[in-house]
Amino acid sequence: MLPELGQFALVLALLLAALQAFYGIAGPAMGRERWMAAVIPAVAGQAVMVATAVACLVASFVGNDFSVSYVAENSNSALPLFYRVAALWGAHEGSLLLWIFLLAAWTVAVAIGATRLPPRFAARVLGVLGVVSFGFLLFTLATSNPFLRLDPPAPDGRDLNPILQDPGLAVHPPILYTGYVGFAVAFAFACAAMLEGRLDQQWARWTRPWTTVAWSFLTCGIALGSFWAYYELGWGGFWFWDPVENASFMPWLVGTALVHSLAVTDKRGLFKSWTLLLAILAFSLSMLGTFLVRSGVLVSVHSFAADPRRGIFILAFLIVMIGGALVLYAWRAPALKSTAGFELGARESFLLFNNVLLVIAAGTVFAGTLAPLISDALGLGTLSVGPPYFNPTFMISMLPLLALLSVGIHASWKRGRLTDSQRALFFTLVAAAVVGAGLAFGWYARGRLLTFVGATLGVWIILSSLVDPIDRWRRGLSLSRAVLGMTVAHLGIALAVIALTTVQSFTVERDVALAPGATASVAGYEFRFEGVQSVEGPNYDAIGGTFMVTRHGEAVAVLRPQKRQYWVQHQVTSETAITMHHGNNLLIALGEDLKAGGRWSVRIQVRPLVSLVWFAAFIMALGGALAASDRRYRAAAGALAPARTASAAEGAR
Amino acid sequence: MNRFLLPLGLFVLLAVVLAVGIVHSPTKGLIASPLLGKPAPSFSLPDLADPSHQVRSVDLRGHWYLFNVWATWCGECRAEHEMLLKVQLAGVVPLVGLDWKDDPAQALTWLKQLGNPYQAVAVDSSGREAIDWGVYAAPETFLVNPQGIVVFKQIGALTDEAWTREILPRLAPPRAAGS
Repeated sequence: MLPELGQFALVLALLLAALQAFYGIAGPAMGRERWMAAVIPAVAGQAVMVATAVACLVASFVGNDFSVSYVAENSNSALPLFYRVAALWGAHEGSLLLWIFLLAAWTVAVAIGATRLPPRFAARVLGVLGVVSFGFLLFTLATSNPFLRLDPPAPDGRDLNPILQDPGLAVHPPILYTGYVGFAVAFAFACAAMLEGRLDQQWARWTRPWTTVAWSFLTCGIALGSFWAYYELGWGGFWFWDPVENASFMPWLVGTALVHSLAVTDKRGLFKSWTLLLAILAFSLSMLGTFLVRSGVLVSVHSFAADPRRGIFILAFLIVMIGGALVLYAWRAPALKSTAGFELGARESFLLFNNVLLVIAAGTVFAGTLAPLISDALGLGTLSVGPPYFNPTFMISMLPLLALLSVGIHASWKRGRLTDSQRALFFTLVAAAVVGAGLAFGWYARGRLLTFVGATLGVWIILSSLVDPIDRWRRGLSLSRAVLGMTVAHLGIALAVIALTTVQSFTVERDVALAPGATASVAGYEFRFEGVQSVEGPNYDAIGGTFMVTRHGEAVAVLRPQKRQYWVQHQVTSETAITMHHGNNLLIALGEDLKAGGRWSVRIQVRPLVSLVWFAAFIMALGGALAASDRRYRAAAGALAPARTASAAEGAR
Repeated sequence: MNRFLLPLGLFVLLAVVLAVGIVHSPTKGLIASPLLGKPAPSFSLPDLADPSHQVRSVDLRGHWYLFNVWATWCGECRAEHEMLLKVQLAGVVPLVGLDWKDDPAQALTWLKQLGNPYQAVAVDSSGREAIDWGVYAAPETFLVNPQGIVVFKQIGALTDEAWTREILPRLAPPRAAGS
């Protein structure tokens, strides 16, 4: 009964999305007030229906209803309740449903915020969101219905993929998706502006907080995903440049560019068409990412054949959405001329460099990610592109970006003179170089040039970011949340750069064979292998190893990595054991039983500062949240009052 | 014409590449089967030729067989069909089909038109059985030994290469091949 109810709710949601799209776009175009008034009820109705569908699927998972195909494929009666709920987004169909649910949530938030916008513009924004939602609902119902029944029902389920049975998984996709979906709002604002044929600074002010919040969520999602990969996959690393990671990283890079370009449009009314293009691009990459991750077009194009309609549908949908937006862009953007100019050394220039470099970075990642697909499509054989390609190409655009950051934040709008801040910049650079050299060649004593460059850039960004806030604080001036948020986000980037270069330069990895009682010493730590014993979990058997970790005879920690064999899928997963000690991250993964006197192969890694990488990402996200909560975005209501009456009068005519 | 058309042009180019990618999907998958080296799932499913009769895994014990998952909606399966007929002609190992999420009437027509390489075809219209086999997509082929253990899995169409390099060597014990 519940699955049928869920499916019915999805169909109703599809119809309501169609109404929302039609009234939202046709209403303002034809000047029909009543049509525009119908948009909000459609938004609300759709949200209720989508929430009902999600509740029905969750209920099927919780109630172990294995007559539902999706539940049978991704859950099991022995699976703990927590993962039975998280299994909702354990595979393609449920992930799409989650996507739609989050889009509905964002749409409701926009509808609430839109009461402050001119009604015609608000209707158009919601209309475009309706188109997006309609497409995803249609795709789900036509090719990826999570409510399909099995007849006869399965006696038990095939279980959730064991590597996904982890608390990290439970929180990581919803947060990542919230970020992805959030760019739909920026996309809708861009399309609405193009439909209106008008884009002013006020538009940028409306769009900025939404974009920044989406960006913050995406940042958190990527960090959580990376953290999860680090301790769950047991490969010993936090970033692998694999297609799934790249799929989330590309929208992040373009989203970062968009956040900066919106700042220019907001403050100076420049970069208008460029901002529009970035908004389209960020969302396009988000959609592409969603599909790539869950349909596996890159991991193996073969998965599309599971249902040939799926691949075709995705492509058709992308062509309609992205192609449509780009046609609109080609048609309307030429009219959006920027009148103001700026000098070479002005802040606008630096933000332009920032944008260009970020887009180049996204482009290199994009090329590397799609290269296997393209070479395969052209019949050049399968090839894979790995870190040897990504690391250097990515650095080529990132190093200048980081170097320009410190100068850029001290440049003034419009005029290209740095006189006031030149001294501060120079001193911070010298100080940073000293600290960087100390860190690279003194503290760790075996640094390379890259370590020095990375540490110097990171420290320089920290010092130069703090110059203005400290100055204002000393003069007793208040600091707006927007500026504070920017500073915090830049500090986050700086910490990330320092952490990444340190990890990259000073990680020690050892694969050793240990008999019980034997000791391996790695990077000044002694790891004594105590032996293994069997452990039984709720839905798996495991072999657990015990390791005593000491440093100079002093106890540091007891680590218990496991090798788990899950009952249903017979998959073996390696549960790493991790501990922190003085900023060093110690990781042990149990390898194979070597069948020789109880000897086991063991992977031991000591990574300095790796935790700081994820911490830095959360600092960045925090900066985004601070900036988005600035008063000037909320105060926009007052400034808008005359505009609203004007457009209402226009609508009445 | 103008620079505002450039993004559209690039996008069209990308769409074409993706379209080619989807149509011309590679046959090599990267997914390892959790079933390899494990007993094949036991099943008892209606026979396509005669639904009152059951195709049962117990009856297949004691012989090698190739378990081939296919469907009429699967374009790659049509391409694969010729290879299956070759396998049948070789007469080394019987083919057992699993008609997956398919219309039995269409499946019968397909076999009538293209030739029937199978010893028997089991019908799995709900897709329930394929879940037990861990099927990601059609076509997939499993080689099952006389003890009922899955020893090899081909994801995507069965190729000449897979047949000669992977399947034949597993069927023939090394010394028999030499003599």
